[in-house]
Amino acid sequence: MNARAELPLHAPGATTDKGYIGQSVPRPNARRLLQGRGAYVDDLRFARLAHVVFFRSPYAHARLKRLDLSKAARQPGVIAAFDGRAVAEYCKPWVGVLGHLKGIKSPPQFAIAIERACCQGEAVAAVVAETRAQGEDALQHVEADWEELPVVTDMEEALAGKVVIHADLGDNVCFTRGLDTGGVDEAFAKADVIVEETYEFGRHTGVTLEGRSILADYNAAEHTLTVYHSTQAPHMMQDVFSRHLGIPEANVRVICKDVGGSFGIKVHVYPDEMATAAISVMLRRPVKFIADRLESFLTDIHAREHKARVRIACTREGEILAFDLWDLTAIGPYSVYPRTSGIEGNQVVNLTGGPYKHQQYRAQMNVVFTNKNVTCQYRAVGHPIAVALTEGIVDLAAEKLGIDPAEFRRKNLIPDSAYPYTFPSGIKFEKLSHHQSLDRLLELMSYKELREEQRALRDKSIYRGIGLAAMIEVTNPSPAFYGVGGARISAQDGATLRLEPTGMVTCIASVTEQGQGTEGAMAQIAASAVGVALDKVRVITGDTGVTPYGGGTWASRGAGIGGEAVLQAGRALRSNILEVAAHILHADRAELDIVGGEVVNRLTLESRLPLVELGRVAYFRPDTLPLKFQSELTVTRHYTPREYGFTFTNGIQACLVEVDVETGFVKLLKHWCVEDCGTIINPMLVDEQIRGGVVQGIGAALYEECLYSAEGQLLNGSLADYLVPMSAEMPDIIVAHIETPPRQSDLGAKGAGEAGTAGAPGAVMNAINDALRPFKARVAAQPFTPQRVLQALGKV
Amino acid sequence: MKAPSFSYARPGSLSGVFELLERHGDRARVLAGGQSLLASLNLRLSAPELLVDIACVPGLTGITVAGDKVRIGALTTHRQIERSPEVARHLPLLAQAVRNVACAAIRNVGTFGGSIALADPAAEYPACAVALDATFVLAGRAAERRVRAREFFRGLYETALRPGELLIAGEFPVSGDGYRSVFLELARRRGDYAMVGIAAHARTAGGRISDARLAFLAVSGTPVLAVRAAAALEGRPPDARTVAAAQAALGDELEAPADLYASRATKLHLARVLLGRALGALAR
Repeated sequence: MNARAELPLHAPGATTDKGYIGQSVPRPNARRLLQGRGAYVDDLRFARLAHVVFFRSPYAHARLKRLDLSKAARQPGVIAAFDGRAVAEYCKPWVGVLGHLKGIKSPPQFAIAIERACCQGEAVAAVVAETRAQGEDALQHVEADWEELPVVTDMEEALAGKVVIHADLGDNVCFTRGLDTGGVDEAFAKADVIVEETYEFGRHTGVTLEGRSILADYNAAEHTLTVYHSTQAPHMMQDVFSRHLGIPEANVRVICKDVGGSFGIKVHVYPDEMATAAISVMLRRPVKFIADRLESFLTDIHAREHKARVRIACTREGEILAFDLWDLTAIGPYSVYPRTSGIEGNQVVNLTGGPYKHQQYRAQMNVVFTNKNVTCQYRAVGHPIAVALTEGIVDLAAEKLGIDPAEFRRKNLIPDSAYPYTFPSGIKFEKLSHHQSLDRLLELMSYKELREEQRALRDKSIYRGIGLAAMIEVTNPSPAFYGVGGARISAQDGATLRLEPTGMVTCIASVTEQGQGTEGAMAQIAASAVGVALDKVRVITGDTGVTPYGGGTWASRGAGIGGEAVLQAGRALRSNILEVAAHILHADRAELDIVGGEVVNRLTLESRLPLVELGRVAYFRPDTLPLKFQSELTVTRHYTPREYGFTFTNGIQACLVEVDVETGFVKLLKHWCVEDCGTIINPMLVDEQIRGGVVQGIGAALYEECLYSAEGQLLNGSLADYLVPMSAEMPDIIVAHIETPPRQSDLGAKGAGEAGTAGAPGAVMNAINDALRPFKARVAAQPFTPQRVLQALGKV
Repeated sequence: MKAPSFSYARPGSLSGVFELLERHGDRARVLAGGQSLLASLNLRLSAPELLVDIACVPGLTGITVAGDKVRIGALTTHRQIERSPEVARHLPLLAQAVRNVACAAIRNVGTFGGSIALADPAAEYPACAVALDATFVLAGRAAERRVRAREFFRGLYETALRPGELLIAGEFPVSGDGYRSVFLELARRRGDYAMVGIAAHARTAGGRISDARLAFLAVSGTPVLAVRAAAALEGRPPDARTVAAAQAALGDELEAPADLYASRATKLHLARVLLGRALGALAR
């Protein structure tokens, strides 16, 4: 029997018709984008559009002794030139701190820096011109005299604090957190085996196909500001523009047309973007800023840059007793607004050791300021670090104990029957599937056979390595992530569904599309919940003037939170439609259902009334309906995850590599990922999210690093020098799923977008170290360049 | 970033090119495939007033075999070289090397002459030209002259081209009987400029190596012909001891300056590994 109705999709024993949920249907916007009909910010054409370019500090730390914009302002096509003070009149500075990160501090940050630049690339002036090229020409006529100031680029020097970047703050420590369950020293004292390693993580960045883009259009007549913005969080930005530019929130509208990739890069407040909006107000005309690739490397948030020392204590039998972690991370000169740059370190503390059942855990973590570009939340925030150091040290322990790494994990992973479970760091898991995932992975990769092959090949001097990395992952964050800390970032999301007179369904969702297929997933849920064909659904996202209020898409929350809102709205609309149908047909509502765009008899599936006819009656001939009856064919529903701080997911990855021990080159042969994101809405989209994520994780492990000189100069800020992973080097990535839907929502979807990135670096590292084992060599500093592999082997 | 504004001319003859080059001097740049020049304009690394596009100059494209020479016109694309049966037959070194040049999209547009004239130290053709003792044909308004590859590359992005001259072709001696070639390079990603590479050409008759020409790329401002390593090999079978002696000799002749990702020691080590592998392949 069809029971599309009100049960959770994952209710035990339910024969719920999931409709399109679980099907690999093509996403509706793919054809439009492939035909070049996308509308990115840079595609928009406006009358009187001005272009802003920024004069950026060439130094990592310097006082601006003199700035003369007069010559630049006289160049052809130049409309205006502004320094930091002029823009500050229109845009209030901000401070990137949150209440629940106790003690976090950061200096005020201005849209355009005043008097002092604290990292290379920080803007100290803006030039506005008729064209971008004219603006860039004029930049060469900006005159600036600088006095270089002492530069802090090394994390440990920053922590030592001999040179303090922001004198008012007293030291270079932005945030510090300690955690101690107690009993750690005792656990180490009674341990049979203790292993320790220091891991280093390079600074890297998310390279979006479309750079950061903003077009701000201030209308003085209405005192309104419309911002076309390549962002993941339109409502957050609406609030930020309103408060910092002093325009009532109702007068600010943020519109995201197509967004060409984000990865967390586009969920932060950037000074040059705020300056663009302010300058639109100042000039009372539309102003556009598109970060070019060089600006992207210099000023898009960077991430990672951690140094972490981890120790674990084990029994002879291979039981992990305790984790002890020390982590240091550097974030540049400011904590990024409004999410702060304390979150990544905080996540490392929360997540380290997370898949395992030990009860003793101690961590000390410091976040320090340096004179490099800022870092902040980028895909899988903190996870790649926590997973790599956890899985690296676990492998080391297994090696020392002579236990197979898969077996060692099986001994220590939290049992699948132990949930709900609270991890020593305080995070709570509703239900995870570590053991099912491990079993599935080992079967999928033919683990035993691979080990045999590895042994056989070693005799021929071919060095292959197999690396495993179990992981947990934060998804669907509740208000505990940002809201409780005072950030005006919505943890709830909404969806409005409207039946059109033609029988079409319009779905307006507050989660956003950045190229990952959110709109496709929402369409599948809406079509399934209402009972119409997928091509009868139109999805609208990314417009604060139109959609319900919501957080947007980040932290793997789009499907789980936004999708649940769509599901609930779809069910409500379906119910309202059936109510109208019951009146038209003089039938009992309970006898009716909606299938394929028609009201049908629930039992026989006999067609009773096409929705197009229902729509005609409801909208144009409501006079034929009972006098007291009013149809409600537009409904809105919202959803907030509340029972758990986060809806944790889990998974495990494996990587097979071959290391050329003469050159240090690592060849990726194959990669596997088994993960549990609960209900899968579109397997194709999920698998591609996993694969894309794995590739970004591989980038961190092998290729990507923002290299800085001791003077704080970015050395490789172009696509020629900064190595993003390319398809030729990528292995086949095999993806499989375990589905453990959370009971908190009816949809039962958890996030999937960050799992690949979270686990891949650890798996790659363990695979390399497994390959190097015959040489008693190990790498622990990412990225694992040929040189680092050769150094580990003692060859250079 | 946007390129600074420039003028553009597309003369239909060599004399038209020379006239423009003469009139505009170093304010003009020659545009061939544009795969390096346009990127440098867009980065505002160079700001010529005039681009002289030579695409419509007749006679600069094509691969011809005449006697014991293969002539490659300056406007011949990488793709044409890659697909040329003449190159495959007579210049196996170049045929191996071209597969390492960037990606297919760039190979479709980028040119032989552009790569030689730019003289990027990590590019493949300059090292091949040195290894094969090629000669470049440089044309000026008054006369044509020929310069051997080893004398052509003078320093980092610096060549023997004089103001007003245009590189119009390369002439490669066809690979002789008993000679073999191996091209190897190490790049982090397929199509990247190499960390280090070798273009090796030698006589391998009777299991012995002789007349070896070992040109390394990405180890100095120009391709480097490793003459001491070659001397260590002369007339010997490439056994472990001989190979080790040749590898050791590299330490004296390769500058191998550190780059972003590799120290001098790493680059020298990799050059030695490549030499060993090249000799192994030559001997097979």
